[in-house]
Amino acid sequence: MKEFIITICNGTTCVNKGAHRLQEVLKEKLEKAGLTEKVKINISGCLGMCDKGPMMIVYPGYTIYGGITEEDVSEIVEEHIINNRPIARLAVQEEKLFNRFFRIFGDTEFFGKQLRIALRNCGIIDPENIDDYIALRGYEALAEILTNKTPQEVVDEVKKSGLRGRGGGGFPTGTKWQFTANEESDLKYVVCNADEGDPGAFMDRSAIEGDPHTVLEGMAIGGYAIGASKGIVYIRAEYPLAIKRLEKAIKAARENDFLGKNILGSDFSFDIEIRLGAGAFVCGEETALIHSIEGRRGTPRPRPPYPAVSGLFGKPTLINNVETFANIPVIILDGGGWFSTVGTEKSKGTKVFALAGKIHNTGLIEVPMGTTLREIVYDIGGGLPNGKEFKAIQTGGPSGGCLPVEYLDTPIDYESLAKAGSIMGSGGMIVIDEDSCMVDIAKFFLQFTQDESCGKCTPCREGTKRMFEILTRITEGKGKAGDIEKLERLGNMIKKASLCGLGQSAPNPVLSTIKNFREEYEEHINEKKCRAGVCKALVGYTITDNCVGCGACKRVCPVGAIEGTKKEKHIIDSNKCIKCGACIDTCKFNAIVKS
Amino acid sequence: MQETITININGKDYKVKPDQTIMQAADSLGFHIPRLCYHPQLSIEGACRVCIVEVEGMKNFAASCAFPIRDGLKVRTNTTELRRARRDIVELILDNHPQDCHTCERDGNCELQNLAYAMGIRKRHFEGERKHYELDISSASVVRDPSKCILCGRCVRMCSEVQGINAINYAYRGFDTVVMPAYNLPFGESICTHCGQCIKVCPTAAFTEKNNTQELFEKLNDDSIVKVVQVAPAVRAAIGESFGLEPGSNMEHEIAAVLRRLGFDYVFDTQFSADLTIMEESSEFLERVGGKGKLPLITSCCPGWINCAEMFYPDMLENISSCKSPMSMMSGVIKTYFAEKNKIDPAKIFSVAVMPCTAKKCESERPQHTVDDMRATDLVITTRELAWMIKSAGIDFINIEGEAYDKPCGMSSGAGAIFGVTGGVMEAALRTAYELYTSETLTEIEFENIRGLEGIKEAKVNLDGTEICVAVAHGLGNAHKLLEIVKKEPGRYHFIEIMACPGGCIGGGGQPYPSGNYIPLDPECLNKRAKALYAIDRKNTIRRSHENPEIQRLYREYLQRPLSEKSHELLHTHYEAREPKGIVSGELKNLLE
Repeated sequence: MKEFIITICNGTTCVNKGAHRLQEVLKEKLEKAGLTEKVKINISGCLGMCDKGPMMIVYPGYTIYGGITEEDVSEIVEEHIINNRPIARLAVQEEKLFNRFFRIFGDTEFFGKQLRIALRNCGIIDPENIDDYIALRGYEALAEILTNKTPQEVVDEVKKSGLRGRGGGGFPTGTKWQFTANEESDLKYVVCNADEGDPGAFMDRSAIEGDPHTVLEGMAIGGYAIGASKGIVYIRAEYPLAIKRLEKAIKAARENDFLGKNILGSDFSFDIEIRLGAGAFVCGEETALIHSIEGRRGTPRPRPPYPAVSGLFGKPTLINNVETFANIPVIILDGGGWFSTVGTEKSKGTKVFALAGKIHNTGLIEVPMGTTLREIVYDIGGGLPNGKEFKAIQTGGPSGGCLPVEYLDTPIDYESLAKAGSIMGSGGMIVIDEDSCMVDIAKFFLQFTQDESCGKCTPCREGTKRMFEILTRITEGKGKAGDIEKLERLGNMIKKASLCGLGQSAPNPVLSTIKNFREEYEEHINEKKCRAGVCKALVGYTITDNCVGCGACKRVCPVGAIEGTKKEKHIIDSNKCIKCGACIDTCKFNAIVKS
Repeated sequence: MQETITININGKDYKVKPDQTIMQAADSLGFHIPRLCYHPQLSIEGACRVCIVEVEGMKNFAASCAFPIRDGLKVRTNTTELRRARRDIVELILDNHPQDCHTCERDGNCELQNLAYAMGIRKRHFEGERKHYELDISSASVVRDPSKCILCGRCVRMCSEVQGINAINYAYRGFDTVVMPAYNLPFGESICTHCGQCIKVCPTAAFTEKNNTQELFEKLNDDSIVKVVQVAPAVRAAIGESFGLEPGSNMEHEIAAVLRRLGFDYVFDTQFSADLTIMEESSEFLERVGGKGKLPLITSCCPGWINCAEMFYPDMLENISSCKSPMSMMSGVIKTYFAEKNKIDPAKIFSVAVMPCTAKKCESERPQHTVDDMRATDLVITTRELAWMIKSAGIDFINIEGEAYDKPCGMSSGAGAIFGVTGGVMEAALRTAYELYTSETLTEIEFENIRGLEGIKEAKVNLDGTEICVAVAHGLGNAHKLLEIVKKEPGRYHFIEIMACPGGCIGGGGQPYPSGNYIPLDPECLNKRAKALYAIDRKNTIRRSHENPEIQRLYREYLQRPLSEKSHELLHTHYEAREPKGIVSGELKNLLE
C-alpha cells in the first residue's frame, strides 16, 4: 500500500533545472531507506511555477516544494516521508486558500486567482501515461459524442460555450467549426496550430508537454464535428519534449482505439500525424502554416478563401490553436452552458498566459477572462522584485502593445485589451519596470517582427525595416524632429495595408509606446536623453564625490577609460567609455552614476 | 439574361457581373485601381499592396486584386487615407530600389516609374538602407539584376505557372528576400531555358536581355568585314510598337531599309530559311512515317524548347527533329553557299540575326552549330535591341521608305512568315509534307484548328489513307502537359510543334515591352501580331515552301535534295542530355544514367 505519492514536474524548465537527476536521487534514497513499497514516484507536466523549479509535490497534503537540490531530496525523504514533518523551508505555498477548481490548485497565492480548464491536468497527471489521463475523465468526451451526439450537436455545444480562438485572433470557435462543417468535400482536415513563436511564450509547449491527450481528444472531437478524417499537429521542431510526448500519446491513443479506424466501434475514423515547423514565426499564420505543411515556402496568402473553404491541399480545413483544442473536452463534458458562465460577456472561459519579465513569479498561469492585469501582476505574479516601480505590461507578444500603469485595472478580454491599444494575442505577458527604456523595448519587438517578416508584402517587408531604422537612430541619439510622426504614419499604414496578421500587428509595440510614453520618445529626440539609462549613446557615466579612490573601477574598465591616483577621486574619459557598466557594478560606494 | 449584382464604388451604385474581384469589377467600370504584382494570367499574389481599397465594414484595407465582390459591397478606391497609404507603399518600394532611372534600360518603359509618377511621389520620407546584389551576367541570354527587383513575384509565377520550369524562386526572408535560381547558381548554369518570359513580365529591369548593341555598333563601323543580317518573321509584326504603332503593324520592308541605313551590307529574311527548314523537316517527317526513326517527330526551331528538352526530356531527344532552326540554317547557308556564290571569304562575314527571342543568343553559342569551325551566327540581337539601335542612330523608322530583302536569301513563301506564330511551323510543314507525299495539290491550306491562342491544339490530316494526327503547344507549361499525354499514349500523335513562348515567337522574350494600354502577354496584342503574319502569308502568291524558287535553286545548285549528305552536314544537328543543375530528381537521374 502506497502511503505517499511524490510528483516531480517534468516540464521543460524543470527538466533543464535537473528534474531527471532528482528523480534518480529520490529513487536511490527511497530504495536505501526501504521505502519503495510505501512511496510512488510520478512525473507530471508543467505546473507553471517555472522560476521556482525544479518542483516536487508530496501527497497527501499537497505540499509543493520548489528549488530542490539533491541534498534537499534526502531531507524530504527523512523529514517528510519518514518523520511525516513537511519542510517549511522548502515549501513554496504560503497560506492555504479556498479550493477553487481541482483540488491541488488553490493551495497557494500563485494558484489562488487561477482557474485551470485548458491546463486542468498539467502538473497532475503523468503526460506519458494514457491511463492517468483516462482516470481524470480523459476521452470520456469523445466517447460521449460518438454515442450520444450528432456532429451538429457538437458544433452547437461549442457555439454555446462562446469559446474564441486562443491563437490570437479571437474568432468564435463554434462559428469556425460551423463554416468548415458546412463545406462538402470528400476529405477535410483538422490542423492543430502548435507553431508557438512569440519570444518568451511557452503556453502551447507546456500544454502539450503536460497533457498531450487533451489536445488529441479536442482534435478528434473537432474532426467528428466537421466531418474530417485527418488531423495534423503542426509543431515547431524546437520543442523536442513536446514532440516526444505527442508521438507517445498518439501511439497510445491508437492502441486504445481513440484514434484510427472506427474509433470506439463507431463509424467515425480519424487519425493524427505530426508535422514539424522550422521555426518561422509567420508560419503561425494559418495560410502560411498551410503552405508550410504542403511543402511550400511559408508565406501567407490573401483571404478569402478562408481555410474553412479551401485549406490544406485545397480541402476544407479547421485550424485551431493548442489551447483552443484543450478546452474542447471540458466543454463537452461540463457543457457549453457551464463554460459560458466563466469569463466576461464577450470573452468566455479562461486564458493561459506565459508571465515573464520583471516580476516575482514568472511562469505559466491560467486565469478566467475578466481578471485584471493588476491581479495578475500583483496577486499571481507577486509584484515586481527589488522594489522597482511598475512601468508597463506588454501583452500579446511582439505584436501586442505596452500598457502603462493607468491600464492595470483593465479586465483581460479580447475587446478590453484591444480598446486599451494592445491585443490578447496568444498569451505572452511581459512586465516592464522603470529600468527599461520604452523606445528600446519598442525597438526590440520591432526587430523581432522585422526579422520574422516573410518578405512577401511591401508594407511589412520594407515598412518595418524603415521603422526599425528610425527607432535605431532615435536610440542612438540621432533622432530628428518629425521622426515620431513618421513612425506613426508608417505604423498606421502597415497595420491597415499588410497582407497578414504579422504585418498588421507589427507596429503595435511602437504605436502603443508612442501613445503611452510619447515623452520618452521626445526626450530621446530633443534632449538626447534616455531616462532609464538603457540607450548607451545617450548615457554618460560620471564619478561623484562619493569616490574614495579605491581604484576598483579603474581595474575593471576594459578600455582604460578611468584615470585617477589612489585615494583621490577618479575621472571617466567619456570619449573612451563604451558604457558597458562594469564600473558601476564594481563600485562599492555608489560613486558612479549614469547621467 | 445574365445575373448581376449591385456594388457601390465611391458612393455610387453599379450593376456588375458576380464572381469577380473588386479589381475586375472596377476595371469593367473604368476605375483603374493602381497595381503591381497582379497579372491576369498569373495566380493572385496579393503581395505588393498597391491595389488596396477600403471595404465598408472592414478594419483594414483589402487588396482589390484578391477580394471577391458580393451584392451590396461598398468600396472606396480613392480616399485621402488610401491615396496616402498607396503613395507610401510605392515610396517604400522606391526607397529600396536603385535610383538610377536615367541610366536604366527600362527608363521610360518602367511600371514602377509610371506608378511613382501616378502616385505623386515628389519627395522621399523614409529613405534608408538599400539592398545591393551583384549583377548576374553568366547567362548567354538573360541578365539578372536583383538590386532592381521589387519582389512582385511575376517572374517567379511566370516561370512556374506558365512555363512550368521553376528556374527562379524567392530565397531568404523579410528585407533579405531575393529572387534567385536554386542554390544561387550563376543564372547561366541554372535550369533557365533562356525563354526570357521573366523579362516580359518584370515591371522593372531586374531581368533584361544580354545587350549586344554596343558590340554590334562597333562591328557595323568595321569596313574590313562583310556585315550580313537576317530578320525573323515575328520581328516585323511587333517592332512598330516600340515606335508608337499598334501591334501587328507590318514593318518588314521598313526593317530592310533601316538595317541598310545602320550599315549592313546584306539584309536577308529568316523566312527564307524557314522554307528551307520545312523542306528538310517535312522530308524527315515523311521518312519517319515510312518507318525510319522515332515518332512523334517534334519540331526543333525553338531554342527555349531545345534547352528544356535537353534538361527535362533526355529520353525524348530522338523524337526531336535533327533540323537546325531557321536562324542557324540561314547562318550556315550564308557562310557557305552565299559566300561561295559571291566570292566572299566566309571568315570575313559577320553574321547577325534579329530575333524576337532571347534564347537565340544562347543557341548561337552552341558548338553543334559551327560551320567549318566558325561560329555560324556571330551575334543575335532582339527586337527590342534593334528598336533601340534605330532610335540611337537617329533613323526615322516610321517614315522610312520600305525596301526589298537581298537575294538570294531574301525571298520566301507565305509559309515562312507564319513560322512566327504558334501553329505556323506545323501548318507550313503540312502544306509541304502533304504535297510531297501525295503528289497532289492541297486545296485547303489554312489549318484553322492549329491557329489561335489555345494552349494545346490538335488536327488530323489524311495522307493518302494514312491519318496523321498532329499537335501544337506553346508556352513550356503547355508543352509539359502535351508531353505527359505523349508519355501516356505514345502512338497518339505523329507530329508535334512546340514553342517555348506563349503565342509562339510573336510572344518571344525579346519582343518589345508593352506599349499604350497593353499589358505583358496581352492576348489582344498577340492576336494582332499573329494576324499580321497571317496577312503576310495570304498576300503572298507563293504559300508553300517547296514552291519558293530561291529554295529550289539552292537545292539545285548546292544541296542537291532534302536530307542529302550536304544537307545533313550543313542543316542538321544533334542534342545532348544535360543535367539540370540544382535539381535532384531520382527519375531524371535514372534517365541520365
